[in-house]
Amino acid sequence: MAARIDLPAGGFSFDLAKRNAALEAQGATAPKATKTGTTIVGLVFKDGIVLGADTRATEGPIVADKNCEKIHYIAPNIYCCGAGTAADTEFTTHMISSKMDLHRLTTGRDSRVVTAMTLLKQYLFRYQGHISAALVLGGFDVTGPHLYTIYPHGSTDKLPYVTMGSGSLAAMSVFEAGWSRDMERQAAIDLVKDAIEAGIFNDLGSGSNVDVCVIEKNHVDYLRNYARPNERAQKEQQYRFAPGTTAVLKASVRNLVDVVEGDAMDITS
Amino acid sequence: MSIMEYNGAAVVAMVGKNCVAIGADKRLGQQSLTVSTDFPKIFTMTDKTMIGLAGLATDVLTLRDQFRLKTKLYQLEENRVIEPQTFANMVSSTLYSKRFGPYFIEPVVAGLDKHDKPFICSMDTIGCINFAKDFVVAGTAGGNLYGMCESLWEPDLEPEDLFETVSQALLNAVDRNCLSGWGAVVHIITPDKVVTRSLKARMD
Amino acid sequence: MATSSAKEASFSPYEDNGGTNLAIAGQDYCVIASDTRQSRGYNINTRFAPKTFKLSDKTVLSTAGCQPDGNMVVTRIKQHMESYKHAHNKEMSTPAVGQLLSTMLYMKRFFPYYSFNILGGLDKEGKGCIYSYDAIGSAERVPCLASGSAAALVQPFLDNQVRNCNQVGKPRIMAASPVSHLSLDQAIKITKDAFTSATERDIYTGDNLQIFIVTRDGVEEQVHPLKRD
Repeated sequence: MAARIDLPAGGFSFDLAKRNAALEAQGATAPKATKTGTTIVGLVFKDGIVLGADTRATEGPIVADKNCEKIHYIAPNIYCCGAGTAADTEFTTHMISSKMDLHRLTTGRDSRVVTAMTLLKQYLFRYQGHISAALVLGGFDVTGPHLYTIYPHGSTDKLPYVTMGSGSLAAMSVFEAGWSRDMERQAAIDLVKDAIEAGIFNDLGSGSNVDVCVIEKNHVDYLRNYARPNERAQKEQQYRFAPGTTAVLKASVRNLVDVVEGDAMDITS
Repeated sequence: MSIMEYNGAAVVAMVGKNCVAIGADKRLGQQSLTVSTDFPKIFTMTDKTMIGLAGLATDVLTLRDQFRLKTKLYQLEENRVIEPQTFANMVSSTLYSKRFGPYFIEPVVAGLDKHDKPFICSMDTIGCINFAKDFVVAGTAGGNLYGMCESLWEPDLEPEDLFETVSQALLNAVDRNCLSGWGAVVHIITPDKVVTRSLKARMD
Repeated sequence: MATSSAKEASFSPYEDNGGTNLAIAGQDYCVIASDTRQSRGYNINTRFAPKTFKLSDKTVLSTAGCQPDGNMVVTRIKQHMESYKHAHNKEMSTPAVGQLLSTMLYMKRFFPYYSFNILGGLDKEGKGCIYSYDAIGSAERVPCLASGSAAALVQPFLDNQVRNCNQVGKPRIMAASPVSHLSLDQAIKITKDAFTSATERDIYTGDNLQIFIVTRDGVEEQVHPLKRD
């Protein structure tokens, strides 16, 4: 009779919570997770929604990822920008995306933005802000274009132009100066790019490139790295080392293929 | 004192031309006291996939066993070897399932996929994956390693050049970090072999 | 109306304005460089706030940490150097300024300047010289040094490239030796690469790079752009 191994079924496990609390009581401090000290924005234009995000992920004062993706897929017609704890935005949007998928299969209808928004806010409210995901949700459904912001505690806003993250003030100043009703597509994209770049250059938590996502009726353009204003300049010199520069104590090789030393001697006459 | 700094570690992975490198120091400490100078932090998961675990040593051992179990179960159930990309996602969900009581581990995954394409990534303690095209670092010498790698790394290094670059990055980084060092090991994974080298390092 | 109770007013006298400094000493030169970003939290106060200052034709001082404190250190040391000149009818030598700075920092042992200083220049023999300090005046002469927010990123790189640490077959420069064997041209290249690398990964480093090159001909200043994100 074979022993069965049961793997956890899903959901959060609190197995280590007591151990970790005990460690903290002894004076150890818990580590901080990767944050996306972010600039994320969204606006409504004449034919739909434009979402934008920078691509920097930080761990304290250090840049952990120079080109991460902060615009997450929710449904074919819905995308979502995430700010806050990187793992939370990543997993929350991924899970809601799966739920939307199942919902489409069950109902046989295209997803609506309000459905995604409701699922997200109910999920975040359930965790009372401990899941720190601040989101900008945008999409185009049967009822038209919709743009929402969702805060970590589960409250939501529905506005024509929104910004979030540590660079939200810099980005909002650009929107307040430049947004107008019924903008043309290219003007809307340019405004989003300018807003994200305001965050990239004036907020230390944001940086690197601009991602843009344009959602229109029956059409989505995900413009990954739409602008790259921060390419690294060529280095002054190469830093290659001559073979043998590093002192080695011992070496071992694990062959993954059969190594035959030379061909067998041909002894046919 | 942070829990992440209790035992001390330095782990780094780099992409080369058709190869990847992963390296780590060998120290196990209890804060400033060095307990062992031969504590492995990199583990072989499949022929061409390795994982480096930096953080609390008790969780290094727990997760090593757990990931080994899960990769073997995958192989039995699916009748194929797990891809590094898939493996990384498994590690990520394992960590995130403990979102509100995490393992104190920052993993680094390095490997070649079934087309022998290099793959590396790192994660934070709750499983947020950083897919990098150049290099990833973890551990108490993380800042030092970032500075070294950012200066030394260049694209398309051949296996032997990659070994020198990753080794120099690792050795010089740990020499400026009190909690890691005391020897180092570097693995170079190529399509037909895995070369493992122990480095001569400062033992202070 | 609610009863009012005594409130303790709190005031934090220190602030970290970020920024990184670096110095490399050679046989007949000294390179001292710093970025020019001044920040507070996630905000940039200004993109051009010099942290490195020429004190004389032979001496340069760079500061990192709390910028008002750094500026004060520079002001005070300039005053001392001025009065030294009038008293002794000669310019203060770099090692003498080095000792002065140590004393000045230790004088504020229990309310220190939050300033991480690097003093660089030429010594009496015309060799490059660098003094490393902590905030309260412990000093040491070294061949190369990084300080400030990206010190952890830059210092191992200097150990490797300037002092040849961990490289078999290359002459290693001991941490206690006064100068490196690099040419000036090499030192400047390493300085620039160190700063572009630090700018990539440290959010507090960027905007501009100010390089001071001290040779027997005096002090030359260069400014190069860095990334601004």
